[in-house]
Amino acid sequence: MAKDRIEKRIELRAPVARVWRALTDYREFGEWFRVKLEGPFVAGEVAKGNITWPGYEHLVWEAVIEKIEPERLFSFTWHPYATDAKVDYSTETPTLVEFRLEAIEGGTLLMLTESGFDKVPANRREEAFLRNDGGWTQQMKNIETHVAQG
Amino acid sequence: MFAALGDETRLALVAKLCGGESRSISQLTEGSKLTRQAVTKHLHVLERVGIVRCVQAGRERLFEFKPESVEEMKQYLEFVSAKWDEALGRLRSFVEE
Repeated sequence: MAKDRIEKRIELRAPVARVWRALTDYREFGEWFRVKLEGPFVAGEVAKGNITWPGYEHLVWEAVIEKIEPERLFSFTWHPYATDAKVDYSTETPTLVEFRLEAIEGGTLLMLTESGFDKVPANRREEAFLRNDGGWTQQMKNIETHVAQG
Repeated sequence: MFAALGDETRLALVAKLCGGESRSISQLTEGSKLTRQAVTKHLHVLERVGIVRCVQAGRERLFEFKPESVEEMKQYLEFVSAKWDEALGRLRSFVEE
């Protein structure tokens, strides 16, 4: 049975302070997340900016910052891959993204959780699925193989 | 959708329908402690979220499982998950360089 959340754990060879900055400094976040944010992240406020991903520059990325607990927890809510400029996503329940950091030997353990997918409307799931152009073909093959194995 | 499956009775109904055969309400009530009304109510919840569908067969209404509902959610999660893998890969290059 499918789950309603995504969980990732990665170990980074960089100190917690460095990872924290990359996550919460809006310019640094924008570098790797590929969004040109208009200003710093503030808990309880909206963060937005244009996507810098080639071909998607006309789209605005938006999130509501939830928690900023220095070097421990950074979280926001958003509408994942809400890429249709004509659709008002604000009426839909967003998902919650949480980054948790922990110091480990030689670096940082980053735990990412995105939850609340059970509230994402079915048509949005289809849309995100149809709109993805990169990497998804491979992803489809993976699923096919997975399903074929039953 | 997951909330709908969070109930043990409904999960048991889905389990009965998972085999692919359509079943009537009587068949689904058989062998369970539930009343026909209770089973009907649960089936309607499952129908509303798109996990089962109802088909008319003569005078009888049959319920069947919609495998694509679960598959679609799985695909969506795999898609978002793959996007996170890419983003975290970029984060790694960014902080480790």
